[in-house]
Amino acid sequence: MTPALEATGLGKRYRGGWALRDLSLAVPEGRVVALVGPNGAGKSTLLHLAVGLLDPTHGTVRAFGEPVRQAGVAFMAQDKPLYDGFTVAEMLRFGRTLNPGWDDDLARNRLAELEIPLRRKVGRLSGGQQTQVALTLAVAKRPRLLVLDEPLADLDPLARQDVLRALMSTVAESGMTVVFSSHVVADLKDTCDWLVVLNRGRLQVSGDIDELVAGHRVLRGPVEAADAIADRLPVIAHERTDRQATLLVRSAQPVPDPRWHEHRVDLEQMVLAYLRDPGSSALPRPALAALGKDDRPWSG
Amino acid sequence: MIDFHLDRASGVATYLQLVHQVKHALRLGLLRPGDRLPTAKDVVARLAINPNTVLKAYRELEREGLVVGRPGMGTFVERTLGGASPAARARLHADLSRLALDAREAGLDQEDLEALFASVLGDTYREEIA
Repeated sequence: MTPALEATGLGKRYRGGWALRDLSLAVPEGRVVALVGPNGAGKSTLLHLAVGLLDPTHGTVRAFGEPVRQAGVAFMAQDKPLYDGFTVAEMLRFGRTLNPGWDDDLARNRLAELEIPLRRKVGRLSGGQQTQVALTLAVAKRPRLLVLDEPLADLDPLARQDVLRALMSTVAESGMTVVFSSHVVADLKDTCDWLVVLNRGRLQVSGDIDELVAGHRVLRGPVEAADAIADRLPVIAHERTDRQATLLVRSAQPVPDPRWHEHRVDLEQMVLAYLRDPGSSALPRPALAALGKDDRPWSG
Repeated sequence: MIDFHLDRASGVATYLQLVHQVKHALRLGLLRPGDRLPTAKDVVARLAINPNTVLKAYRELEREGLVVGRPGMGTFVERTLGGASPAARARLHADLSRLALDAREAGLDQEDLEALFASVLGDTYREEIA
């Protein structure tokens, strides 16, 4: 199947240096993708490349096998593209005029379900409602791929939940692929099924969330036995006292040594461990082959 | 129709929580053969979870032969759980209630009795496997 989003050797250099380097990934269609990373990791750069608002310095990015500008991709920027002085109805007319594939019924039904009055000025809506309007403008273009840059960043917990509920309903109805960036992992646990972790402009993790979580485990055992584990398995994080070692390892199989007590890792714990150790990565094999061995400390 | 809820702190995978809740409803007779499960859209609009999670839960239930998906119509309960007859079920309920009262009079609190019951269950079903 053609990936919904595919990047090969993607790099972007600004005057200040590389914002993104040597990134290769493929996201299957119908996924809800969490793009995670600290500030300055290159998340916004990647998203702008993915929607064709930036041109890559190196490599290519395609959506559904086509150049991204032609592929039915919609984007919601972090500073939501709304005009405070417009009414909601005027924003809809604006969207209709600019977009040939615009679905006006979908937009109106969605706003009616959310109880957002069409005659209200955008500037007088709550932050959550403004996000819902911006999201409606993106969804009404009927994109196959919807890209959202920090859609939840300035919302209170209740509004975040409302936005996520509406977004998930739209995904259930349309089957579209969604990529959204966030630095709050808790928001992503139940909504996303694919994880992409960026750190310092490099790709660290790309994969199915259930498989990633099932493929990592926390081991606790005697400190003198820790090196033997580290020789056999990629260790993402470790803590040691004089007697006890706690290791986060990447392994789909239990460790057969009875001295090690093991338990499951949760998504947040796993993401934080990768972010703390930029040298670690968990990538599918084709992407690995594309990475330069010399400039990539690979712990596996 | 049943409503799903999530225990986000439980550590149990979300799709498994949905699977357990359907099975629980089947055991208690809240869901019967022919009943329709909520659509993926209904569930995600309530819980703000990924639609694929709901589909994964329904696939698992289908694999176990408990529900069947009919394209364009929804997912329907195929068979129920907890095979005992209503009469046997009522009798066991009464027996267990009496036992719980006995236990309280003997000074056991709820957790004591749960632990005792779990240990008896473990013994009983282990014998059966052996």
